[in-house]
Amino acid sequence: MTEVTMVVNGKSVTKSVKGNTLMSEFLREELRLTGTHVGCDTSQCGACVVHVNGEAVKSCTMFAAEANGSEVKTIEGMENPDGSLGVIQQAFQDHHGLQCGFCTPGMVMSAAALLKDNPKPTEAEIRDYLEGNICRCTGYHNIVKAIMAASGQDVTSIAAE
Amino acid sequence: MPKDHGIGASPKRREDVRFLTGAGNYTDDINVQGQAYVHFLRSDVAHGKINNIDTAAAAAMPGVVRIFTGADFEGVGGIPCGWQVTDKHGEPMKEPAHPVLAQGKARHVGDPIAAVVADSLEEARNAAEAIELDIEELPAVVDMKAALEGGATKVHDDLDDNLCYDWQFGSPADETDAVFANAAHVTTLELINNRLVANPMEPRVAVGDYSRANDESKLYTTSQNPHVIRLLMGAFVLGIPEHKLTVIAPDVGGGFGTKIFHYAEEAFCTFAAKACNRPVKWTSTRSEAFMSDAHGRDHVSKIELALDADNNFIGLRTDTYANMGAYLSTFASSVPTWLHGTLMAGNYKTPNVTVNVKAVFTNTVPVDAYRGAGRPEATYQLERVIDKAAREVGVDPIALRRQNFITQFPYATPVAVEYDTGDYEATMAKMEELMDLPGFAARRAASEANGKLRGFGVNCFIEACGIAPSNLVGQLGARAGLYDAATVRVNATGSISVMVGAHSHGQGHETVFPQVVAEMLGIDESMVDIVHGDTSKIPFGMGTYGSRSLAVCGSAMVRATEKIINKAKKIAAHLLEASEGDIELKDGQFSIAGTDKSVAWGDVTLAAYVPHNYPLEDIEPGLEETAFYDPANFTYPAGAYACEVEVDPDTGKVTVEKFVSADDFGNVVNPMIVEGQVHGGIAQGIGQALLENCAYDENGQLLSASYMDYAMPRADDLPHMENYTVDHSCQTPCTHNPLGVKGCGEAGAIGSPPTIVNAVIDALQSGGHNVEHIDMPVSPSRVWEAMQG
Repeated sequence: MTEVTMVVNGKSVTKSVKGNTLMSEFLREELRLTGTHVGCDTSQCGACVVHVNGEAVKSCTMFAAEANGSEVKTIEGMENPDGSLGVIQQAFQDHHGLQCGFCTPGMVMSAAALLKDNPKPTEAEIRDYLEGNICRCTGYHNIVKAIMAASGQDVTSIAAE
Repeated sequence: MPKDHGIGASPKRREDVRFLTGAGNYTDDINVQGQAYVHFLRSDVAHGKINNIDTAAAAAMPGVVRIFTGADFEGVGGIPCGWQVTDKHGEPMKEPAHPVLAQGKARHVGDPIAAVVADSLEEARNAAEAIELDIEELPAVVDMKAALEGGATKVHDDLDDNLCYDWQFGSPADETDAVFANAAHVTTLELINNRLVANPMEPRVAVGDYSRANDESKLYTTSQNPHVIRLLMGAFVLGIPEHKLTVIAPDVGGGFGTKIFHYAEEAFCTFAAKACNRPVKWTSTRSEAFMSDAHGRDHVSKIELALDADNNFIGLRTDTYANMGAYLSTFASSVPTWLHGTLMAGNYKTPNVTVNVKAVFTNTVPVDAYRGAGRPEATYQLERVIDKAAREVGVDPIALRRQNFITQFPYATPVAVEYDTGDYEATMAKMEELMDLPGFAARRAASEANGKLRGFGVNCFIEACGIAPSNLVGQLGARAGLYDAATVRVNATGSISVMVGAHSHGQGHETVFPQVVAEMLGIDESMVDIVHGDTSKIPFGMGTYGSRSLAVCGSAMVRATEKIINKAKKIAAHLLEASEGDIELKDGQFSIAGTDKSVAWGDVTLAAYVPHNYPLEDIEPGLEETAFYDPANFTYPAGAYACEVEVDPDTGKVTVEKFVSADDFGNVVNPMIVEGQVHGGIAQGIGQALLENCAYDENGQLLSASYMDYAMPRADDLPHMENYTVDHSCQTPCTHNPLGVKGCGEAGAIGSPPTIVNAVIDALQSGGHNVEHIDMPVSPSRVWEAMQG
């Protein structure tokens, strides 16, 4: 067993874990932060994306021990301080960027990482960036639209379908 | 102005808040106190004789609670099939046993052979590796035609051969043959509808729980229809009476058909929880999902279209082999028959249509309904052969379709269904308008200037949703009714809980259903909540599949709400000292017609529960009503789809440059959600056409068992927003349900594959390549090879 300490969504946590505990498992089972989802076992689907020290990471591809000493953010930490939806979360709701909701946490975390590095991405840049996030419900159309809207771009002409 | 509430408005989805904040409650998020974990030892051969399973060493491993094998399930029922098809000789289909854990033989890669229940998942996995399995690999049958040859290896030793049924339907074969003999032109096409895996992003999960205190079992499961699971598992597999069995499907991360079915893992967890007196949890990995979730499609077909000298369609003949896999999944038998043969007339007035289907057992994962279920297979054949015919007789593919459209409704087809309403010309015209057909020549020239070939593809489709009525489907072999149910529970202060049999796993029922009830009562939507997914809370309903939720369960909800209104009017009449017939309900106020005297909704509901001033001698207190609704007919959404693709002649890569869908869904309650459903369906259809393929080798090894091998559509595989329009403005309301709705969930997946393939063939033809057909997925290698002649 290894002791790990990290700051998750602003709160410091210390836990004793087995060395082979995946970060996704640590978040879900040890911290019961079940918003981080596991949709595959080959690091392809992206439902488990979280931020570690500000970088988007597929939490199924790292051990919890590797995150020792890190600052971690999950979907549970994306709300505004007053509990309202953050800008990206709100854009996903406004533009129907989710259906079953299973891929959604990873999509939101990936979108946040994209917009941090590229505040006004083009549609092609968004589609390219989402290569590692699979959604089976939405056909991505409204996810792309939501991310453009969250970046402050006008999507009203697209909305008129 | 678009409405801002009620029917026709697009309020933001209320369920989104929990999904966007990580507060959803999916089955894998549920841990029951004291739970153990199960790991299934699955067959790694496609066909094998189990000589011995030695679990002694494994049972002694740390943390092991108990190890189960097929022997533990000998007194237990098998997984049942929910639809008995009768073959063309009047004989019932072959229905082999489907044990929870393999008994004697394993019949596909992934077939569960043993199950280890342990304190932790890691311990369960480790112990499974210590099981000594003596399995003798046998030759496997994978190819359907080879499986039907004399002397082929049998999947089930107790059957004569691998034929499940040989089914014929529609016009008498000799009459259709006579039409073909006299046809001016016959177009023939052989094609494959590729095997797919539904791949909802949430893998399946089951948690069984048992209470000795009251002998009650509970199953949490990723299901589209918890009551169907309770009925099948309780009555046919485990023998648990329904009052002792609760099935809960909480938030479910997508279904697309594959979460309709009753699976062995659900029965196992329920059984093992009682046997171990401890909750038992199973969470599928994605790799397990590929080899245990029912697959979809997998038809091999020959279709022939007969035309007269004026290009009228006069006959249609199809011959299809449909893969059942190793066992019959819950609705497997109905998909190539009643969900496929009945749609073979399409949008056209072809007078003679004869459909032949042979269903075949192979050593592969069972195949069952996947988004569209039989209807995409029918549409793909028909719309591909029409395109080929248009080229052969030298007419425009749109004109040829138009000439043969059904234009009078109701219309009885030669394949037993009656379309109640539709306007195929309207959706075609809408598609033409949105596609900017006059601009195509310039777009093609621009593509060619860039070294690309550009093609145009069109497709029309009809689907049948909300399969019903129950007495008809019973005659056709269904072993269940296909009604649905809703209970409207009005609380004392006027808020409402609606318990529905439909299940929402992405469709947004929690938002849409209240729009309907609130509009009927004239109250705010926030006053209405939906309860679904828990058999202990909801009336017996059949769940969500086949685009049925609003058309069937929504209709039940309307009927129950009408009963509420009738009773509330009686109460209001009493409070207002007026005659019931004079009471009107508008904007949440009951008033006496022609006067300014009224009582509010909340006053009436309070009177129902605090009946001090109340006609107790005439009506009961309380305000709660249930309705069961059994539709008179299917609904028949239809549409016209078109796209333009570019083919890179150097690589064979196809890109979708422009896509338009013009659908007729009847009335639309929430346009935002309808458009989202179409986007999703089209993405899955484009996935089938260009990317996805579930592949087996000749030994029955599954080659595509992860997202590294099975190509799921990504964001950059789909058309960009400015060249993509989904339209639903053509609306011919359904004539037989109270909302006039038809269903929109599957249209995109039905309408898009032939559109794409038609466009690819057009592109290749425009480049001088005499290519008539490429099987899906139309991958770069297949296109490139076809171009080489």
